[in-house]
Amino acid sequence: MNAFKVMLAKDLRVELRTLQSLPAMALFAVTTFVIFRFGLDRTSLEGSLAAGVLLVTVLFAALLAINRLFVAERDEGGFDAIRLAPVDPSSLYLAKVAALVVYLLALEAVALPVFAVFFLDGAEGMAPLAGILLLLDLGLAATGALVSTIGANSRARDLLTPLVLLPLLVPLMIAAAGAAEPLLAAGGPAYDEVGKWAGTLALYDLTFLLVGYAVYDFLLED
Amino acid sequence: MSLKMPSLRATAAATAVVLGGAFALVFFYAPNDADQGFVQKIFYVHVPIAICALLGFVVAAIHAIRHLRTGDAVHDVRSYVAIHMGVIFGTAALLTGAIWARAAWGKWWVWEEPTLVSFLIVYLLYATYYPLRYAIADRERQARYASVFAITAGAFVPLNFMAVRLAESLVHPRVFATAEGGLPGSMMLTFLVALAGMALLFVTLMRFELAAKATRGQISRLRRALDAGGAAGTSSRIAPVAPAEGGR
Repeated sequence: MNAFKVMLAKDLRVELRTLQSLPAMALFAVTTFVIFRFGLDRTSLEGSLAAGVLLVTVLFAALLAINRLFVAERDEGGFDAIRLAPVDPSSLYLAKVAALVVYLLALEAVALPVFAVFFLDGAEGMAPLAGILLLLDLGLAATGALVSTIGANSRARDLLTPLVLLPLLVPLMIAAAGAAEPLLAAGGPAYDEVGKWAGTLALYDLTFLLVGYAVYDFLLED
Repeated sequence: MSLKMPSLRATAAATAVVLGGAFALVFFYAPNDADQGFVQKIFYVHVPIAICALLGFVVAAIHAIRHLRTGDAVHDVRSYVAIHMGVIFGTAALLTGAIWARAAWGKWWVWEEPTLVSFLIVYLLYATYYPLRYAIADRERQARYASVFAITAGAFVPLNFMAVRLAESLVHPRVFATAEGGLPGSMMLTFLVALAGMALLFVTLMRFELAAKATRGQISRLRRALDAGGAAGTSSRIAPVAPAEGGR
């Protein structure tokens, strides 16, 4: 647990000092919204279209952070340090998942208000939508940290991570879109199927957190 | 696979007999579908192929777990071959499915059919197995990472089927009855024989590839022993390596 805290604090401190990922993610998200405004030729969105624009933007902004997640470990010998240190390698996984969740929450703290200002009429659905996004972030982080480790240790690097990650995230995006759609419906949020989809999101998060925790040791073995 | 298996030749012969019998049943015994007529007979090819592809992925995940537990490279090769065959069968399932969809529904692709969409997503995921595998140079690490992928993807398959099915609104009618539902006895029998034949084909092809890999490994070992001191082949790939030409 101690190793987890140390590594998480290290990651957050590095990000705070260098600001490598977060500003890029926020900027990317806002620019993507602008592109959607002209790509779709719509000035206001609701329902499935709004859910799609928001979630696809968050997904691709998340890919930026996921691709960079292990750059320091790879380039500065962090993987070797973990192998040498008398700590459970899984704590590195958990620390990276936690760091990613923090990044994504920070991203959404910027992207969600901007999205609401750009495209939505009211902000009633925002509170439950934030909960859905938290469940989405957990799933993105659980699979992202796992696949990013594989990508960082391969020759293909930045190419491999999104390639493997995107199909793996399809069920997560289906569930998130299913939950976000009624929350962003025209004429105020509806809650009819949100529970079902939130359950699916939670199941996905739990499954891949467990799988990641169970197999992570084998990725660092050498 | 670790049980004592019948010889490769016996498996191949059994496959030929059962699959031949299945086709005989398909063409001469099973009745034409009342709705779709003759075209429906592709069902006896398409559905067993798809089931075998998915079972191949399950087998791959089981071997991957055994590989990580024991560190025995043989399980990694089996996992690789199972996914390899699964992807080939998956391609065949998507193609036969498209043909059937065109004949039965008038479209090559139908987004409303959850089984089709789920299968495509699973197929896309497993198609990334090859770039993943060949992007890792170190042989042992390649094997371990491939196993991690096979296990993760194995957990993904049921979740994916669940999510896609939930995404279809419940009022949407199931377009064709599943194999267990409402199939008359003669069709069911034909289907089961076809399934057994296709499963045997899957196993035979897997064993052929495993045997080919083992033989190839043996040849390169022998060749290396023969010109000991000469430049040994340093390929790190497990997958087919063309034997060096004229290397005597």
